[in-house]
Amino acid sequence: MTSTLPDTRSYASVSVGDEIAPFELPLTRTLIVSTAIATRDYQVVHHDPSIAAERGSKDIIMNILTSNAFAGRFVTDWAGPNSFISSVKIRLGAPNYPGDTMTVTGSVTAKDDATRTVTVAVKGSNSMGDHMNATVEVVLP
Amino acid sequence: MTNTSPAIIVDSTPEAKAAFFAELQTYVGLEIGEPTPGPDEVNAPMIRHLVEAVGDRNPIYTNPELAARTIHGGIVAPPTMLQAWVMHGIDGPQRGGDGPYEKMNELLFSRGFTSVVGTNSEQTYKRYLRPGDRLTMRTVIDSISDEKTTGLGTGHFVSTRQDYYDADDQLVGSMLFRIFRFQPKAKAPAAKPKPPRPRPATTHDNQWWFDELNEGRLCAQACADCGRVRFPTGPLCPSCHSRSYDKVEMPMSGTIHSFVVAHYPQVPSFDYPLPIVLVDIDPSASHAGKTGNDKVRMIMNTADSPESALAVGARVRIEIRATDPDMKLPFAIIDSTGATS
Repeated sequence: MTSTLPDTRSYASVSVGDEIAPFELPLTRTLIVSTAIATRDYQVVHHDPSIAAERGSKDIIMNILTSNAFAGRFVTDWAGPNSFISSVKIRLGAPNYPGDTMTVTGSVTAKDDATRTVTVAVKGSNSMGDHMNATVEVVLP
Repeated sequence: MTNTSPAIIVDSTPEAKAAFFAELQTYVGLEIGEPTPGPDEVNAPMIRHLVEAVGDRNPIYTNPELAARTIHGGIVAPPTMLQAWVMHGIDGPQRGGDGPYEKMNELLFSRGFTSVVGTNSEQTYKRYLRPGDRLTMRTVIDSISDEKTTGLGTGHFVSTRQDYYDADDQLVGSMLFRIFRFQPKAKAPAAKPKPPRPRPATTHDNQWWFDELNEGRLCAQACADCGRVRFPTGPLCPSCHSRSYDKVEMPMSGTIHSFVVAHYPQVPSFDYPLPIVLVDIDPSASHAGKTGNDKVRMIMNTADSPESALAVGARVRIEIRATDPDMKLPFAIIDSTGATS
């Protein structure tokens, strides 16, 4: 196993307005199915295209637990391993269908010195519009 | 989104809505059934499956040595995985069919709010979970909104709060989950472009009249031999049977001789009610005194005129307007002063 611990961003080094490097996520069918099953979400709209179509969806869609996971990953990839996420709040929009790409962008919108909490606004967009608008709070050392 | 065709119309009176809203509110604060235990304790294999699928390389989830050197002190689960520990899995929901949540859903369904879409997920974490944690989830109906209309339709936002407790009954995290239960808005009939106005039948004898209109001139026909003015156009002079004719440019004004207002049947090209007027065109200057010069009557539609202004004897101004890219027709604009001849 790798023995190098990645750096963690310090609270002092972060300013309101800081942009986080965008992240492009190819929405493969494998991604959508594997993440749904890994979150124990067996709803058919997340893995069976024919039943999804019967229910009026053009294809399978990413499940909400996975949108949460990507919002969290986006922030911890930026913050580092000594960070602590205290909340992930998501407003859902356009579904993530296979074959599309979700572009995740984010920026620091607030800092709370008392708790060393940084608020990050995260947006995940696909070709249809905003898949999610998230607010993530992360405590930094 | 589940979409079942709604057979029930949403109550529309304010009283019915208020009563329904009050009934919904009796469900707020109720706990949904018994607390749900997670089927497995928090464990490293499930954590690894998820972070592999998500591509999350944060070492605190999978690398014991590195995780031990962080504030987390060892392997932890991704915080956003909170909900997964108590998911039902492939056998589906275990909950009984007559709890408060099911009853609330039946109530919403009975009023036509048959579709559902997740709108918000708000998770807060007290601490990260580590392998060995055993979770129990309690779910409460947190709030039900009054009737709202969104781009999807009309319905109610229903928020449930799931609180997750560890084996010591300490709260480790919560999730507020909001769904929109709605009646899908009726699909607007596809806005079909209005078909163009049917074109008049043109013949060898009247094509010239339409050609003149396209050039902006309103004409009648006059016998080239006896001078009799006639309309509609035709091959022979009714008086002297001459086949020679002149084009007579008529004034762009007249008086309503008679009218009807068509209501039915409706042809898609027109707006209804549709006034149709018979206009006595003012006599031409070029054929003053000639037979028929004061008997030129034309049928046309009105434009820019209220139906209330329609009256026999009302003065009209005539405008030539395009009805499709290469067709122009005369329209009567009724004198708004109410002047009559």
